[in-house]
Amino acid sequence: MVFHRKLASAIVGTALVACAGAASAQGDPKVLRVVPHSNLAILDPIWTTAYMSRNHGYMIYDTLFGTDEKSQIKPQMVESWTESPDHRLWTFKLRKGLEFHDGAPVTGEDVVASLARWGKRDAMGVALMTFVERMDSPSSDTFRIFLREANGFVLEALGKPSSNVPFIMPKRVAETDAFKQIEDYTGSGPYIFKRDEFKPGDRAVYVKNPKYQPRKEPASGTAGGKNVYVERVEWNLALRDVQAQANALVKGEIDILESLSFDHYESMSKEKGVKVLNPNLGLQYMCRFNHLHPPFDKAAVRRAAIASFDQRQFLKAQVGVDELSKPCASMFTCGTPYASDAGADLQSKSNMRKAQELLKQSGYDGTPVVLMKPTDLHSIGKLPDVAGQLMRQAGFKVDLQAMDWQTLVSRRAKKDAPSAGGWNMFCTAWVAPDIWSPVNNAALDARGDKSGWFGWPDGPKLQDLRAQFMRETDAAKKKKLAEAVQAEAFNIATHAPLGEYVQPAAIRSNVSGLITSGMANVYWNIKKN
Amino acid sequence: MLNFIARRILATVPVLAIVAVLVFLLLRLTPGDPAAILAGDAASADQIAQIRVSLGLDQPIIVQFGIWIGHLLTGDLGESFYYKIEVADLIAQRLEPTLSLATLTIILAVLVSVPLGVIAAWRFGGWFDRALMGFSVMGFSIPVFVLAYILIWIVSLKLGWLPVQGYKRLADGFWPYLQHLILPAITLSVIFIALIARVTRASVLEALGEDYIRTARAKGLRESKVLIRHALANAAVPIVTVIGIGIALLIGGVVVTESVYAIPGLGRLTVDAVLARDFPTIQGVILFFSLVYVGVNLAVDLSYVFLDPRIRY
Amino acid sequence: MSAPQTKASELEVLSVESADVRVTETAWQRVRKNWSVRIGGVVLALLVLISVSAPWLGTVDPTLFDAASRDLVPGKAGEITTLDGEILKHKFWFGSDSFGRDIYSRVMYGTRISLIVGLLAALLSLAFGIVCGLSAGYLRWLDGILMRFMDGLMAIPAILIAIALVAMWRGSLTTVIIAIAIPEIPRVTRLVRSLVLSIREEPYVEAAVALGTPTWKIMFGHILPNTIAPLVVQGTYICAAAILVEAILSFLGVGLPPDIPTWGNIMAEGRPQFNQYPHNIFIPGVFLAITVLAVNILGDGLRDTLDPKMAKRV
Repeated sequence: MVFHRKLASAIVGTALVACAGAASAQGDPKVLRVVPHSNLAILDPIWTTAYMSRNHGYMIYDTLFGTDEKSQIKPQMVESWTESPDHRLWTFKLRKGLEFHDGAPVTGEDVVASLARWGKRDAMGVALMTFVERMDSPSSDTFRIFLREANGFVLEALGKPSSNVPFIMPKRVAETDAFKQIEDYTGSGPYIFKRDEFKPGDRAVYVKNPKYQPRKEPASGTAGGKNVYVERVEWNLALRDVQAQANALVKGEIDILESLSFDHYESMSKEKGVKVLNPNLGLQYMCRFNHLHPPFDKAAVRRAAIASFDQRQFLKAQVGVDELSKPCASMFTCGTPYASDAGADLQSKSNMRKAQELLKQSGYDGTPVVLMKPTDLHSIGKLPDVAGQLMRQAGFKVDLQAMDWQTLVSRRAKKDAPSAGGWNMFCTAWVAPDIWSPVNNAALDARGDKSGWFGWPDGPKLQDLRAQFMRETDAAKKKKLAEAVQAEAFNIATHAPLGEYVQPAAIRSNVSGLITSGMANVYWNIKKN
Repeated sequence: MLNFIARRILATVPVLAIVAVLVFLLLRLTPGDPAAILAGDAASADQIAQIRVSLGLDQPIIVQFGIWIGHLLTGDLGESFYYKIEVADLIAQRLEPTLSLATLTIILAVLVSVPLGVIAAWRFGGWFDRALMGFSVMGFSIPVFVLAYILIWIVSLKLGWLPVQGYKRLADGFWPYLQHLILPAITLSVIFIALIARVTRASVLEALGEDYIRTARAKGLRESKVLIRHALANAAVPIVTVIGIGIALLIGGVVVTESVYAIPGLGRLTVDAVLARDFPTIQGVILFFSLVYVGVNLAVDLSYVFLDPRIRY
Repeated sequence: MSAPQTKASELEVLSVESADVRVTETAWQRVRKNWSVRIGGVVLALLVLISVSAPWLGTVDPTLFDAASRDLVPGKAGEITTLDGEILKHKFWFGSDSFGRDIYSRVMYGTRISLIVGLLAALLSLAFGIVCGLSAGYLRWLDGILMRFMDGLMAIPAILIAIALVAMWRGSLTTVIIAIAIPEIPRVTRLVRSLVLSIREEPYVEAAVALGTPTWKIMFGHILPNTIAPLVVQGTYICAAAILVEAILSFLGVGLPPDIPTWGNIMAEGRPQFNQYPHNIFIPGVFLAITVLAVNILGDGLRDTLDPKMAKRV
């Protein structure tokens, strides 16, 4: 038994030694403990459209323009700018004191390289680049954009708040192939990424950038002064069970829960020591049809499906909290400039009897609809079930196929027939800035099988209207064109909007200043007592 | 003796080789394209093809296997498709929580189950014995996650004694570290307590029937001494054996327990990697777990030499 | 998971000196008198009855939902709209989930999945294990390679194989059963092989060989019948393990599609609201535990009566 005793003493000894080196950082007012809405895997916000990568980008990079709470574009890194009378030459001057984390100043060259890389990946960036003749930097604090012809969305594109955001990186980083991920995470933003403390699937750590010079205006949306009042922000990437997240917040083990699940909205609203914050801007749910294959290759069948989709049923099942959700018939987020009910009768006055009639008239032959359902995304996981049940009631045959989100993502890119590994329909959600204009709403890209986004609708008339919109510089005319675009989109039934919801955040009551714009999750301006 | 150890270690080589082949085939012969997943939401077919080339997925399977094995032999597990860091680093980052949980579980299980088993054997057929046998069948039958939720509900939510979830590194202090591990370890140890208590009881029972025990008792040795020094010492081999076999069970339990308690360990890494089709990581983790399994069982074999004076090699 | 049968098979391997326990009249009588067998058998019979008669136990379609009736506590009444647009008044005995599906109906129908998975996974792994074990035990040239292969398979933790297989091939009942059965094959193979090795030394087998009986006839005619008792015991343990693994896979979100009513799926669905509605996890959890317990008790009883040599060891 001597052996056992030796073993035991060895174990105790090891434990004591390990214990001696302990240090605690719990409840530190200088450390902000955040649980983000998902896992952070990819650190290149230009390479992917993932919202987590975008939020990571906002921590460490700065942007030329921001979008404030009222959806207005405001300068951020830019000090001032001029536009030539024919709208074809844009000259921007950067503000003083901009500096990368490595100490190098931010120059026009860095901006030009960053915009060029972004213009190869982002849908709106690609659209902008079709107008751009060239970009240059005549002096270190100036850059210019030369357009072939005038267009009406230069500032909207440079100030776009959501994926892909044109973040400004050092030239050497921005010169990375747009289809390869960057490996140097030097930015000029309010926080510095602690690469040595990054543990994928566990945590990401950012420390305050002491040299960052915020603007004087108050913070609003992604615009205004990015003041940092904490030393360190820790993203907890391991805590993914929503019940455990709620428990941890109640017990003060974390400070901010970026995305509070609807199931816990009511109980958290009553909880002492916890504040629940609702942003003004909502996200929109949508179901997307695959226009290439039967039965949804016929507009009449698609319209029958839309008619069966009573938005309230989707919202009740998926959200379940009345004050967080509302029906919205517009394809552009309700409450933003281009929202209207043009052509939306089909959606706003939908009912089951009409859907059944439309389906009969359409000559639907009973081809089953392959409807893809993600099993691991709680935020949209119930939509396909509701869609399936409603479509069955309307007379469709539905083949509801469950899969994890990653599989869904790779499958929806396939143009094959549903029987050969393709699909007919899936559902998703979009943040407002990603769909609020005819330029960037990817679901309206109607170039047939060349369309940028899955579903590949073919609508020459819709494309024509969108092109007119892009060239238009007059605000009132833009509004009219946006209405025409939406009416045509409903006419050919590109997709079905399913209503809107706001995504509440929950924070400890000793935390203040969290910006809940509904556009992106940003972590400046926050104080912790 | 040394000869035996060498032979025993050599014998694990073909096993690990077969594991490597099996793991590789298991993943590569299945649908799901990691390139499409990595390319993100708006990628074109060209972009996906480009990524496939950069990951080497366009090569014939046999070539891919050759490359992978070649790297493996130099200790290189490859780079995670998803996280873009070395799989070996990824495993190293996640090792501490899993190792801590597993160690605490085993310690807890042995400390509780061995005395229980000895007492049950000593009071063979009595109420304690029956209760223990009943408990052990229950222990096998209650799913780990149901047990986890019962414990969370009572201990954390109703009584508020321990944290609900999460993990604190040892470097953050010993008490928070232990606090976060207690519930998961109790959850996971129940099935082991059931298993080891049963085996201990059976082995001690058998030993108690042997002649030398009767001799010891006849000599007037105290009952506790008889039980511990003689009977239990003889039961050591089956107990250690069952711990070795139980490692596979422990690894399975770790996957579930880490998921329920939000512990960023290897179990969570496995589930995440499978969902992301992160082939190098899945291969690396499974290979690592298999290595642990083989290694522990090797250690168990070798420990016989110390535990049972009758075994000599 | 695979605890009992892991231990059982390992110790069986150690203890098999000669497994000549045949399923005879007396053995059957012993089995019927055994209390463990009686209790386990009765509970299992009840569960089978539930699974067969699920549609007539006051249930509704377990996939049908009505968001108006979501998150009801047990015993509350609510409404469910059928596919024909008819509105049914329904009492939710076990409450409803966050879709507004009836948990009582889901639990009752879920019994089917659990029992089918348990039974088929056990049969499948036994079938493959018997073939591999007989081959390894009887065909010398195959023994080495086959057993090394089995060693390798056994070194990969069962749950990891199952997770990987199901996630890759997408969850259907067939994939889940196959994924659960595969990791169990090596243990059955080992058991059968060791039984074969001991039985082939028996005089009556040697006599058959001397008489020139073909190999396959000896294998299936003389050796296989003698392995039935230990295999039945082993089968019950695999069955219990399979039921648990299925629930774990569903719970982790890598099992059967979530609209299919399985106990694991019900628990996974209830997980986000565990604090407010713990019954969503506890009710299917109790059913799961009782089922596994019944199978394990039955297995213990069968082991005690059919395979007394083993019973003495544990």
